[in-house]
Amino acid sequence: MMMWPTVGALRVWRRNLESWKQYAPSFFVAQLGEPIFYLLAIGYGVGRYVAEMGGLPYAVFLAPGIVSTTAMNTASFESTFGSFTRMTQQNTYVAILATPCSVADIVVGDILWAATKSVIGVCFVLAVMALFGLLTSPWALALVPFGFLIGLMFACLGLVATARAPSYDFFNYYFTLFISVMFLFSGVFFPLANLPAWAQTLAWFLPLTHAVQVSRALVAGTPTPGLLLDVAWMTTISVVAYVLAERLVRRRLLV
Amino acid sequence: MAAPVVEAAELTKQYGSRLAVNGVAFTVAPGECLGLLGPNGAGKTTTIKMVTCLVPPTSGTLRVLGMAMAPENHRGIKARLGVVQQEESLDPDLTVEKNLTVYASYFGIGGRAAAERAAELIRFAELADRRTARIKSLSGGMKRRLMLARALLNTPALLVLDEPTTGLDPQARRLVWDRIRTLKRDGTTILLTTHYMEEAAQLCDRLIIMDEGRIVAEGTEPDLVRRWVGAEVVEVYLDPEASEPPAIARLAAGPWRSEHVGNVLYLYLPESAVGPALFTALEGLHFTRRHATLEDVFLTLAGHALRE
Repeated sequence: MMMWPTVGALRVWRRNLESWKQYAPSFFVAQLGEPIFYLLAIGYGVGRYVAEMGGLPYAVFLAPGIVSTTAMNTASFESTFGSFTRMTQQNTYVAILATPCSVADIVVGDILWAATKSVIGVCFVLAVMALFGLLTSPWALALVPFGFLIGLMFACLGLVATARAPSYDFFNYYFTLFISVMFLFSGVFFPLANLPAWAQTLAWFLPLTHAVQVSRALVAGTPTPGLLLDVAWMTTISVVAYVLAERLVRRRLLV
Repeated sequence: MAAPVVEAAELTKQYGSRLAVNGVAFTVAPGECLGLLGPNGAGKTTTIKMVTCLVPPTSGTLRVLGMAMAPENHRGIKARLGVVQQEESLDPDLTVEKNLTVYASYFGIGGRAAAERAAELIRFAELADRRTARIKSLSGGMKRRLMLARALLNTPALLVLDEPTTGLDPQARRLVWDRIRTLKRDGTTILLTTHYMEEAAQLCDRLIIMDEGRIVAEGTEPDLVRRWVGAEVVEVYLDPEASEPPAIARLAAGPWRSEHVGNVLYLYLPESAVGPALFTALEGLHFTRRHATLEDVFLTLAGHALRE
């Protein structure tokens, strides 16, 4: 029987925030440094040899991809290594389960927290983009709430992996076979439009593809109603993954 | 008599073909401290995990604080439980004080109320000078006291302690015992598991001894000792080099129960058996004589074989 999350989820979220506070400075440095280095090295470094990509200067083409991957990576790390540490090493989940909070509260609290970190990361990337003069449309501000959705989706997926992970090593598979593949084949670095049809179909099933598509349209200031389909698909993935994650964590903890 | 705080009947937990808990029945009365004793794998921890909503029973009935053990009652039951689990589970990135206020929030206790309750419990746990310390700077005993303080934030109607002093040195253990006794005096109902006979004897009003998922004995400490062991125990140390069959035969034939384990012959003596006949039989042997303890009950019931 699935239990609905309650206000307990916000309390778990708050706990994660309190525990994280002391690590915030190093997180900020990483979140600021990475997009700067990516934009410099690939956006401008590689970009010098690429006249344009998908009809855009290369840095403009790349930047929304960096927004999406930042949200993906941040939520994925938090919901795997972070949540796994709380579930196993630190016994945090079991401690919280002795209170009125349920497994659903803990899972939702962790997902919300991972998505929150994604939003913080996205804000830093947007700041860097503004610095490089890559923000021209007010639509780009919609990347803040959209970054939360990207974070939610990857947090839900990450928790499914965490629920089944026997040890930290398991995440090597998750990151190499899933996250890295998406990083390279979801339209972050090159448009998918010229790929063979079968490759385009495969790419369509990668959750990050939809995140990149929407992000790129928002940065360009040209969102279309068709993007709502991408948002709907991302929401569907999130819901299905959440239901699975809650069930698997419950099976792992309440035996 | 007031309604029991915990009421279990035919309570069973099965993992595959293994019965971790096999049809146990027990009650915990209000204000009572009940101890679960038993060797590793006896089913103590599984039993209390069922009581604390962490392990769903396979069959049987279990009522805690007047509520049936069912998923829809978990929230209500857990709101009134205090639990100190065996594993350390403090938040390593938070201070002593934050550990308590954050945990209080899970019970819906926030703001001033949480701060006041935390301050009160930090004094209770004798951690006043460590209020702003991080968890890794605390000793094992301090951590355990903080876990105990954390379990008291919601003023629980039932406090459940799973091996509250395992791994602590004697001084730290005594301080935890002292805190638990204070709670007992204030009328807190307690259910605890332990490996330490001395702990059980010191803290518990009543004891349940479990082995292989079943309850094998139940009663107060003096009752159990009298019923299963007697008044005194003599341990005769046999010389592995020498052959002493006449002595052993003589001792084993007395009006008392005897047990031969390794190079030691244990004689369990009722009050009536301690007399000249005994001392004659012991003549020339190397032995010690002592009061019977809970440990003898435990070894009698669970056997001397090592459980791992």
